[in-house]
Amino acid sequence: MVPPSLQPAAGPSETPRIAVEARNASKAFGQGDALTRALDDVSVAIRKGEFFTLLGPSGCGKTTLLRLIAGFDTPTGGSILLNGRDITADPPNRRPVNTVFQSYALFPHLTVLQNIRFGLDMLGRKRAEADARAAEMLALVRLEGFASRRTAQLSGGQQQRVALARALAPEPEVLLLDEPLSALDLKLRKEMQRELKRLQRETGITFVFVTHDQEEALTMSDRIGVMQGGRILQIGPPREIYNQPANRFVADFIGETNFLDGEVGAIAGDTATIELAAGSVTVRSAGLDRGQKVTLAIRPEQVRIGEAEGLPAVVTGNVYFGTDTHCHLELSGGAGVVARLQSAADDATPLGEGTAVRVSFTPGSVQVLAD
Amino acid sequence: MPPAGTPATTEATIEAGRIRRNWLLAAPALALLLIGASGPLLIVLVYSFLEPGDYSGVIWKFTPRAWFEIFLKRDIFDGTLGVADAHLTIFWRSVRLSLLTTLITILLGFPTAWFIATRPRSQRALWLFLITIPFWTNLLIRTFAIMEVIRNQGVMNTVLLQAGLIAEPIQILYTDTAVLIGMTYVYLPLMVLPLYAAIDRFDFRLAEAGYDLYASRLQVLRRVILPLVRPGLIAGSILVFVPSLGAYVTPRVLGGGKNMMIGNFIELQFGQGRNWPLGAALSMLLLLIVMAALLVYVRVSGRENPHG
Ligand SMILES: Nc1ncnc2c1ncn2[C@@H]1O[C@H](COP(=O)(O)OP(=O)(O)O)[C@@H](O)[C@H]1O
Ligand SMILES: [Mg+2]
Repeated sequence: MVPPSLQPAAGPSETPRIAVEARNASKAFGQGDALTRALDDVSVAIRKGEFFTLLGPSGCGKTTLLRLIAGFDTPTGGSILLNGRDITADPPNRRPVNTVFQSYALFPHLTVLQNIRFGLDMLGRKRAEADARAAEMLALVRLEGFASRRTAQLSGGQQQRVALARALAPEPEVLLLDEPLSALDLKLRKEMQRELKRLQRETGITFVFVTHDQEEALTMSDRIGVMQGGRILQIGPPREIYNQPANRFVADFIGETNFLDGEVGAIAGDTATIELAAGSVTVRSAGLDRGQKVTLAIRPEQVRIGEAEGLPAVVTGNVYFGTDTHCHLELSGGAGVVARLQSAADDATPLGEGTAVRVSFTPGSVQVLAD
Repeated sequence: MPPAGTPATTEATIEAGRIRRNWLLAAPALALLLIGASGPLLIVLVYSFLEPGDYSGVIWKFTPRAWFEIFLKRDIFDGTLGVADAHLTIFWRSVRLSLLTTLITILLGFPTAWFIATRPRSQRALWLFLITIPFWTNLLIRTFAIMEVIRNQGVMNTVLLQAGLIAEPIQILYTDTAVLIGMTYVYLPLMVLPLYAAIDRFDFRLAEAGYDLYASRLQVLRRVILPLVRPGLIAGSILVFVPSLGAYVTPRVLGGGKNMMIGNFIELQFGQGRNWPLGAALSMLLLLIVMAALLVYVRVSGRENPHG
């Protein structure tokens, strides 16, 4: 099958089919003063065969949303749909949805093979069929020699693979993964990221992946839903989330961002001038009104340092990262800006502290966020 | 090398001294165990191979007769040997009632332990405290309380009669049922506590994982929860089965004189029966049954945790 990322984007000719959908889903815990709105009126439609990531800081409601989809909890408002059918009232064992738990939750009294077979046995698959499928899953996660091991005898990465194989074995419509890589060390995590992408491509199963790691979300996902405080702030492909963050939270949470406060000045046609303390910047005028207070969001790699044109600034320091150097600058007026200079492309010798320079931004790269 | 050898020798001396001191420290406990547990046991074992005295006590003459007497009896008219069916009835009743008590305490204790283990941490101490309240009063008093509930003019029958649900009192007192009710009541906490400990250790996410993998609630219970709380289940079963088998007070009070269990039968031999060797042999047999049960426990729980 065609990898989802190569499928045509949603257009008028072909609407992508929706695998699982939350409609105005809410979940509150406790009551009165102790009431927590873990999910607050969340709507999201996840497409068939896509690698969808829920990204957000700890406590923003990611697990809660997964638990509503899996059926462990019932929403206090709204509904959950699977292939267009309302499954809000179905128990987890009636939903063709499987979960890879953050803690793996492997059955300690069963062997690796018995763990993987569990779902197949419960579905009443024939012995021979279940055996074949389990063997196939073992091969898929590259654990052929481990069938009769106890799960306690496995390393973290191996347990992770068993959890994956166990959840994939019954061929669910949707696979839910709750921060599956957070317990692994960096090297193993990178390896499992590739492994997960490969499994998703090979099986074509819809993945709903949860992480609080923005880099993980950017590298792995077809689309990302950024969450905060029980709400989804923005849904889109990684590039869109990164380049056109919908608000200050998204811009701040994903990647590094320079924020500059300003006010909309003159508007001429489709360009507008934003007045900053250090000078003015020209942006597209769409949706802006004269006099409006705004915040500019600029990625460090879009900051250009020159001598001729731009906002006057002084170099305050350099931090070397190997592949690039972060040059810290202070604009006249006091605002701080970080520029990322690639070690290979840019001048190898860093600018000395106190050097007076001019700062400009790559055309089209400045995001205007309404306050 | 004398300088190097000297410290080594000193160390060895110190080590030997430490071992000696440890033995000295353990001596009182060991002596108590030897005198308090093994001593009486040895006496009972010896007595079981002696002849009964005319009125009580024993005659110091070796004979295995008491052991045969457990299972066989000599007909008083023609002197032929037959099976001691009265004894077997008592054994069978003891084993049956103890197994039933264990089963009923499991059925009642599991939901109770589950309930407590799923309360918020702060509330659990209170529930466990409530479970242990019956232990505050004497066993005899608790047994008489049960008697007061189930006797013909007791609370239960009076209420049922007044409500018009029954025409005449249900005879429960002095039946096996009465003994069963009494033992279940008395030993239930011994089932709840180890079960609670096991369920408390159980990772509830495993139940969710099972439920997620298409297991019904019943299958989750059978395939995930029960195998993992099995050590607690077995510990509770031993704790209930063993004292049930040797129960004395409960069958005596609630079973009347007739529905004897092994414990009462043993007491009878040392009292009215005037057959100390038979009593001693019966005691040893009871001990053997209990040991067999414990061995099964060790074997089963050993198999559960091959890596533990
Ligand atoms: N069972 C629960 N009882 C009470 N509050 C809960 C419960 N589960 C989650 N919450 C609260 O809901 C919010 C969202 O939690 P969660 O979905 O686990 O966040 P995330 O997975 O994004 O870290 C948190 O504030 C958390 O404390
Ligand atoms: Mg979480």
